[in-house]
Amino acid sequence: MTEFTLRLRRYDPESGDAAYWEEHTVELEPHRSVLEGILQAKNRYDGSIGIRCSCRAAICGSCGVRINGQPDLACHTHLGRAQKHSKDGVIEVEPMGNMPVIKDLIVDMEAVHWKKIRRVTPWLIPKQPVPEREYIVPRENMVDVTQSMACIQCGACVSDCLSMEVDPEFIGPAALAKAYRFVGDPRDDQHFERLEDLAEDPHGIYDCTHCFACIDACPKGVAPMSQIMRLRRRAGNDFHIEDRNNGERHEAAFVSLVKQYGLLNEAELLPRSYGGDTPLAKFKPSAAAELASSLPAIAKALLRRKVTPAAVFKPHKLPAADRKAVKAIYDEVEGRDERLEFNIYISGRDEDLL
Amino acid sequence: MKVAYWPGCVSRGFTPELHGSMAKVAPLLDIELVALDRASCCGAGVIAEHNPELADTLNARTFALAQQAEGTTLMMNICSTCQGAQSECQERLDASAEYRAQINENLAAEGLSYEKGLSNKNFLWLLVEEIGLEELRARVVRPLTDLRVGPFYGCYIVRPAGRLGIDDTHPRESYLGQVIEALGGTVTDYAGSHKCCGFPIITMNKEASLKQAGRHLGDAVDAGADCLVTPCPLCHLNLDLQQPLAERVVGRDLGMPVLHLPQLVGLALGLAPAELGLQRHVVKPTSVIDWTTSVVGEVGDPAATRG
Repeated sequence: MTEFTLRLRRYDPESGDAAYWEEHTVELEPHRSVLEGILQAKNRYDGSIGIRCSCRAAICGSCGVRINGQPDLACHTHLGRAQKHSKDGVIEVEPMGNMPVIKDLIVDMEAVHWKKIRRVTPWLIPKQPVPEREYIVPRENMVDVTQSMACIQCGACVSDCLSMEVDPEFIGPAALAKAYRFVGDPRDDQHFERLEDLAEDPHGIYDCTHCFACIDACPKGVAPMSQIMRLRRRAGNDFHIEDRNNGERHEAAFVSLVKQYGLLNEAELLPRSYGGDTPLAKFKPSAAAELASSLPAIAKALLRRKVTPAAVFKPHKLPAADRKAVKAIYDEVEGRDERLEFNIYISGRDEDLL
Repeated sequence: MKVAYWPGCVSRGFTPELHGSMAKVAPLLDIELVALDRASCCGAGVIAEHNPELADTLNARTFALAQQAEGTTLMMNICSTCQGAQSECQERLDASAEYRAQINENLAAEGLSYEKGLSNKNFLWLLVEEIGLEELRARVVRPLTDLRVGPFYGCYIVRPAGRLGIDDTHPRESYLGQVIEALGGTVTDYAGSHKCCGFPIITMNKEASLKQAGRHLGDAVDAGADCLVTPCPLCHLNLDLQQPLAERVVGRDLGMPVLHLPQLVGLALGLAPAELGLQRHVVKPTSVIDWTTSVVGEVGDPAATRG
């Protein structure tokens, strides 16, 4: 047996008292879980410690908490490892973020997580007419959605979503991963409607800031951010949905500027993101208004010679031969009938297959 | 040390002081830069979002060019976003010989081919892992004594941890702090050091984007930092160029200078602030430098100290 000290964040909103930290020392083998440590503290020292759990085997998703600042399942984290990664030898356990605390380590999943999941119509809307027997679905289509199906609804990704931290209305990683589960399912009849809804929502797919926090948070390898990028890909490339959030325009402008110059031309990216993928974009009213609001920043940058007029009017670009090579790559890859999407989650690594 | 050098796009576009300061700092650290001037934009995650095969091919081309750069042992970048976007493509390319062969097929017309296992390191990683903190410390001529520096990493260089090679032997998520200390400065801990600057959604949700920048800058102000340092020029755009707008969104004065990593290193190695392009920032680094005397922090001109 080894001794481990847990520092638990205690808080009972109904008591009127402020949150506080409390330490308990437990005795367990290092390979036992943080959840077992918490339960031992609850049994031995204080029955009022609030923790939600059920399966204790990383499949029910009930015991999501933050351990040493990182979101994880308490039942899926070894005490020994948690101690090693603590800042002072004491394992710090607190409730997940971005959700209100009900008591101690229990957060209100209903108020945030489940509400957002319901936002994306999380059920199949079948194509009509419904076949008499089962739907026949190509294997590769179902393999494609298995990653998003691996979600156990623990809320770890919601806890640490950095967009949601500043925009609580953001639909968020768990719900958007769930949305891809149906957008990627050939039996669903409403791919376009789903994507249009999520692209047009100011707090939808284009509100993700691409910070990778959800990818690191997920204990099941769902990579919610990657699913959000796939939703964008389908919305922009396959359905050509020109959303009001400039999401599709920004992507199209970025991709075509690199095709043209080989390098990114930032001075053109901004107006084209607002006005559309054309050199005339800056003269369009929608772009002009945005550029005017950015004028103080642009003026200051010019004044400090941070941005020179040359950078704006004569952008950097690759030598002609390399621009040609880059263009040829674009033509080759974009000329294919089907996009090639290599996903390590599904294909594995060569060394795993040995 | 000779490296295949990938400066990225923004360091030559809207933050030219980054590329400029790297060029000044490299010889002082005996780094020979072999510029990859034929390589294309890494795609910053946006091209991968559009078409992963396209991003993988463009970056495989960059990697192949780096592997051809004579006498170099590794590739070095100076942008967290390039590091993350390129690592993502490299992870896929290195995972499967079959996939790699498919991508190399796209490069065949140019006679290029990427072979598994290129080492691609941000200047930050190179400082700690290749040059070493002891060696860096030995080269400091103007220690940043009493300068309180808040690290700002940029998402792409710290997440996902596995892909970026962060483990117990390579605690890359703590390297900025280690470098600040090696340069004689003091690390200021604050809530936002590993969070997102908000830049990727500046055209999609400006308010949320600037709220992120403003909040982290405000946290750094509250923690008593004199300045921030970042290895990411895109973060620099939101934290410095957009700081006046971020101030409006969060409703408070910030006035927080943000330095590029090579600028901070350059100051400690004795370069003059103007050589490092520090006068080009939107937020003047007056809390870092006394412009009348070129004094950094509270320590004098290195010429005088040496004399």
